[in-house]
Amino acid sequence: MIHLSRWKVVLLALSLLFGLLFAFPNVLTPAQRAALPGWLPSSGVNLGLDLQGGSYLLLEVDVPAMREKRLTNLAEDARTVLTEANVPVTGIVRQEDGVMVALANPAQIDQAIEAMRALVTVGPSGTVDRTVQRQGDRIRYAFTERAMASMGSDAVTQSIEVVRRRLDSTGTKEISITRQGAERIVVQAPGQSDPAELERLVGQTAQLTFQMVDVENSLQEALAGAVPPGSEVLFDDVGTPYLVKRRILVSGENLTKAEVTTDANQQTAIGFRFDGQGARRFGEATAANIGRPFAIILDGKVISAPTIRSAITGGSGIIEGRFSIQEASEMVNLLNGGALPAPLKVQERRTVTAELGADAVQAGAISTAVGFLIIVLFMLGSYGLLFGGISVIGLLLNGLLIIASMSMIGAALTLPGIAGLVLTFAVAVDANVLIYERMRDEARSGRSVIASMDAGFNKAMGTIVDANLTTLVAALIMFVFGAGPVRGFAWTLTIGVFTSMLSAVLVAQVGLALWLKVAKPKKLPIAE
Amino acid sequence: MRGWPLIKLLPQKTNFQFVRFAKLFGALSAVLCIASIIGCFWPGLNMGIDFRGGASLEVAKPAGQVLALDDIRGSVSDLGLGDVQVQGIARRDTNVADGSTAVVRFQIPEGADQTQVVRRVEGAISGAVGEVTYSGVEVVGSKVSGELFRSGLIALGLAVVLMFAYIWFRFEPQFGLGAVAGLLHDVILVFGLIVVMRLEFSLNMVAAILTVIGYSMNDTVVVFDRLRENLRKYKTMPLREVIDLSINETLSRTIITGLTAVMVLAALAFLGGEALFGFSIALMFGIIVGTYSSIYVGAPIILLWGVKRGGSSDEPQPVKLGMASRP
Repeated sequence: MIHLSRWKVVLLALSLLFGLLFAFPNVLTPAQRAALPGWLPSSGVNLGLDLQGGSYLLLEVDVPAMREKRLTNLAEDARTVLTEANVPVTGIVRQEDGVMVALANPAQIDQAIEAMRALVTVGPSGTVDRTVQRQGDRIRYAFTERAMASMGSDAVTQSIEVVRRRLDSTGTKEISITRQGAERIVVQAPGQSDPAELERLVGQTAQLTFQMVDVENSLQEALAGAVPPGSEVLFDDVGTPYLVKRRILVSGENLTKAEVTTDANQQTAIGFRFDGQGARRFGEATAANIGRPFAIILDGKVISAPTIRSAITGGSGIIEGRFSIQEASEMVNLLNGGALPAPLKVQERRTVTAELGADAVQAGAISTAVGFLIIVLFMLGSYGLLFGGISVIGLLLNGLLIIASMSMIGAALTLPGIAGLVLTFAVAVDANVLIYERMRDEARSGRSVIASMDAGFNKAMGTIVDANLTTLVAALIMFVFGAGPVRGFAWTLTIGVFTSMLSAVLVAQVGLALWLKVAKPKKLPIAE
Repeated sequence: MRGWPLIKLLPQKTNFQFVRFAKLFGALSAVLCIASIIGCFWPGLNMGIDFRGGASLEVAKPAGQVLALDDIRGSVSDLGLGDVQVQGIARRDTNVADGSTAVVRFQIPEGADQTQVVRRVEGAISGAVGEVTYSGVEVVGSKVSGELFRSGLIALGLAVVLMFAYIWFRFEPQFGLGAVAGLLHDVILVFGLIVVMRLEFSLNMVAAILTVIGYSMNDTVVVFDRLRENLRKYKTMPLREVIDLSINETLSRTIITGLTAVMVLAALAFLGGEALFGFSIALMFGIIVGTYSSIYVGAPIILLWGVKRGGSSDEPQPVKLGMASRP
């Protein structure tokens, strides 16, 4: 209705206030923003990675590799515990979720089961993750169904924690690490200057293990292909082969602290300290193997293989190797961050330098300004100073509200998002065009000024709502299926639909009602 | 009150007989659509790395220096990474194509470590043309690219279905069919443009097409709204005349809004830099064909199917399309 209704004026004033309040931090420097009192909004528009520069990594947790490894450990546990119990084994057959153990002497089966049951640890709520069952004259040792099912999901959760610890310790700001789907992690690091470093930090599993070197069997035979069961051939970084027992004495899980230090010869080394369990195991293993070498292995690569001179019971020691200080400190960071439960594979990587982002912002700003100017000129030219001017005021309010909403929600503004913004302006004036054209029609068919303006608003409104809803549907689909920049585009489009309906229609209603009241016109200026 | 004569794009009242030419334009649209569909398979879409996997590397020399594109192509091809594309683009800071900036696209071999492959390519480029800066890197694994492509197509399909449902719900089934025919027409022709201009088909392009779908519907809804209103108002007027009348009545708005959007997108295409060019061109073209289709595809389809008119007859009245004479 074309009279100056109070609630419309109030609504307009409130949206203007909202716009000013929330868009205001964008003109401040970061220092000024920090100085704002706490009750004032202080966040500006959040720029997407393509505009401020940064790295986007989509990582996939290699769950099959992790399952494989867990099954290997299961088999080695069984082998070790049966050897210690003096139960000879003829074969360990790998199955989907566990192993099947065949004994040399079936009469020992009860003894074997008892020995293996000791491996089953009961969790806090009374659940177990593995079971030992007799099947005929063989023993099935397997993960429970529930443990198999949650293995992947647990690994992803754990990986996110580890990645966060590693990346945060390098002091980069605002890194976002989120889960995507069942087996994926998205890392978004704005302003990360060296994407290669970022990738190196998340690319290493950092599984540290202490294993005995197999001195009973021949390394030459193993290299020729006859690897004894329970052992494996590993290499160091210069390619020297080692025959190492598969059984893990102590692993990085028992590490409480690692640090860069120097050895007796003033060479860079890594100092470490075990927790109670680790210290006990390490002490027992070193006491039983004095004079033999053991290997310190990181991600399948032998770092060093010192000979045990005496039992190490204190739970701490140093790893000597040919490290530079930088390598050592990176390794310490990895060790302190903890090991990834499974390797992470980079599936997608997008990196934009800060300079490129700044250029994109500039190009976006210029084209937005030019686009805006074109619309202003066109509207003023088509509908004159009054009607056109009212649309321009609506457009300005629209721009203000979009900036305010983006600042408030924290949605990222991306380069396609800028395009969405410009397009939103074009579509926003469509509401005015629909209303004005309708008014013209009505006025030409002989109605009075008030009647034609009234009819213009009423009849155009249904069309405007219908037309905007279709844009919302398109934006919704982009949210569901799009990622990154596309989602930024969907954000501006969605916000733009709401703000443009509000500003274009409301500003026109209030502005024109005011004009009617003041000027008391005899004819509609746009209808000639 | 006003200080200048208003721009008049059209006379106050137009009386174009759009439906008269519907058959002609319908045939033209059909031919273009078929050509576009064929074009999508042969020569085929220029798939960006979003959808086909691989890596793209942006390489730049300082302004004024020229990159030897052939040397880059040669040295990177020697690494045996399959199809290597090297394309010169406009400088990011000045938006001028002075030959100092290029994009290199290549494939990551199955199972290879992408970090190392990218490093080798960087080494080869530096070896061929000396010191350059690498300002942007994108790597998409083959698994992810397949998924992105699939979800992109699903998004487009879903958009068409939802729009159909919306129009069906808001209007009538015949209107829905007309709207969807117009929509498919627009989408197919935008694909045709992408093929003809060798634009890169990427995630951003899918967003552009979704926007075209939204806009095309927007335009169609405005015409249909008026059509519905006029069908109620002029109960005895022949359907073809009601359609002509409705299109004429909304023509002024159609042209003003369409023109505004096209001008703004032109600014975006030519000032927004390399990254927005393809995106803006596709949007601009989509808006033009969207405007055309709401006149020449959507409404005539309704004519073909007929429509229920309140009171006068309950059965839809199919009307033969043709150059039949008007009184």
